[in-house]
Amino acid sequence: MSSTAVAATPPTVAAPGVAPRVLRSAITEPVWVQRVLIGSALAFMTLFLFVPLATVFFEAFKKGVDVYLAAITEPDALSAVKLTLVATAISVPMNLAFGVAAAWAITKFDFRGKNVLLTLIDLPFSVSPVIAGLIFVLVFGLQGWYGEWLRDHDLKIIFAVPGIVLATVFVTFPFIARELIPLMQAQGIEQEEAARVLGAGGWQIFWRVTLPNIKWALLYGVILCNARAMGEFGAVSVVSGHIRGQTNTMPLHIEIVYNEYQFAAAFAVASLLAALALVTLVLKYVIEQRVKHQKRAVGDRTE
Amino acid sequence: MILSRALLKRHSVLPGFDLALGFALLYISLIVLIPLSAAFLKTFTLTWQQFVDATTSPRVVASYRLTFGASFLAALLNAFFGLIVAWVLVRYSFPAKRLIDALVDLPFALPTAVAGIALTAIYAENGWIGQWLPFKVSFTPLGVWVALVFIGLPFVVRTLQPVLEDVNRELEEAAATLGASRWQTFTKVLFPIVMPALMTGLALAFARALGEYGSVIFIAGNMPMISEITPLLIITKLEQYDYAGATAIAVVMLVAAFVLLLVINTLQAWARKRQGGL
Repeated sequence: MSSTAVAATPPTVAAPGVAPRVLRSAITEPVWVQRVLIGSALAFMTLFLFVPLATVFFEAFKKGVDVYLAAITEPDALSAVKLTLVATAISVPMNLAFGVAAAWAITKFDFRGKNVLLTLIDLPFSVSPVIAGLIFVLVFGLQGWYGEWLRDHDLKIIFAVPGIVLATVFVTFPFIARELIPLMQAQGIEQEEAARVLGAGGWQIFWRVTLPNIKWALLYGVILCNARAMGEFGAVSVVSGHIRGQTNTMPLHIEIVYNEYQFAAAFAVASLLAALALVTLVLKYVIEQRVKHQKRAVGDRTE
Repeated sequence: MILSRALLKRHSVLPGFDLALGFALLYISLIVLIPLSAAFLKTFTLTWQQFVDATTSPRVVASYRLTFGASFLAALLNAFFGLIVAWVLVRYSFPAKRLIDALVDLPFALPTAVAGIALTAIYAENGWIGQWLPFKVSFTPLGVWVALVFIGLPFVVRTLQPVLEDVNRELEEAAATLGASRWQTFTKVLFPIVMPALMTGLALAFARALGEYGSVIFIAGNMPMISEITPLLIITKLEQYDYAGATAIAVVMLVAAFVLLLVINTLQAWARKRQGGL
């Protein structure tokens, strides 16, 4: 609403002719100040963002394409890639189901304790990844609550794939719910109510009315969740046990290879994750434009 | 049925409340609440004296000093440059602006381990930047700070951007008409508007830095008492099978994180009020 108000002002200001130029110089900075500010912003970002990003690819190919290919196709690297994909393929759909359910309850109904639930959803973001791993060790580790029972039944969670999945689910927990809730709140419940009055059932309303309205925000959340799930290091490191070829994800594989001073190999695997990060940023940007557009549409409707 | 009767404030014609809320509550309990409570319950196996000893030994205190100190200084640098970056992105036009805007989120998207080894390589003594510096960065506390600056970078920019976009330009015109210089307009009109958001961004960057592990451990060198961060100390204790000791330190960090979460929520409410009033 405020954006349309701002957009509406320039024509009325610009009308009197000479005034705008004077006014414009009164509310902008001298050119040299602009240049200094742009320069320092770019210098800061170059130093802390662009150089590290470039380094990953530079170091990865430093010893040639053959070394690069060998590093990403060795059996341990491949099994790390596989485990990362498995953990992500389980944890993202789980958090997707939770995100949709939580957003439906929070945005379509008015109930006691809503704010508590909202705070709880954000909680995993403020917990250190290391602590996220630790708590699952406390519950499922050999000394933990269910440690003996699990051992007696020959089940392994910590130092095995289930632990890695659990830790990943924990650290990526809020992403999808957080994207959906603000949008669905803004969209309100009139459309769903109309569908209900016209005789639609619960799932029909969700698939035909709600889902088309939220699909971009949903995809946005999934992409962020996916990126974090594939790249998570601290939490997974605590529960994994670092068994080569078995419980190493890509970030853990990078750590091990790096600590063995195989820098080119470490950066080769790292470059795959860096490429994933870049793809994530591109998709994020594209979807952001869509969501912005959609939010504006919602805003117009309510005005 | 039970849930809707007990909790719903207003009857709704829409279905699915019990299923959606029931599933959400079950999931949040299993994944978040029960495991987190394990951390607190585990510390009760310690006596008070043991807890105090575990959380205040010299090595642990040195790690707090490094973790909190480096996190704060990193958040501070991010607040300063974050304001400049956000300002430049909202107000000026220059080549490749949209690309640079999109890349601000890189630290969110780039896995921390990747960032960690890249920063270590750059700031090592023979690295791209390290070779030009007269002092060591990699494997010192300064390296910890560099890594924390990297991961905190997007927070300030992303909290400031929407606020700066929403600033009503008429306020600046009014200030100029009343004879204020551009610098006066900035310090007396604009800065008070963006201040709550700036503080929020700073607090978010600080909170993220406190728990950070992946990007730091490669560049820190991890020397006890000097460049060892608290999250690493938790892992070290865990590897020595000192579960209670590790958990005691974790509880201290959790409490710090929750207090910070409260501060951030208060700041955000303040920011909303400040913005809504204009």
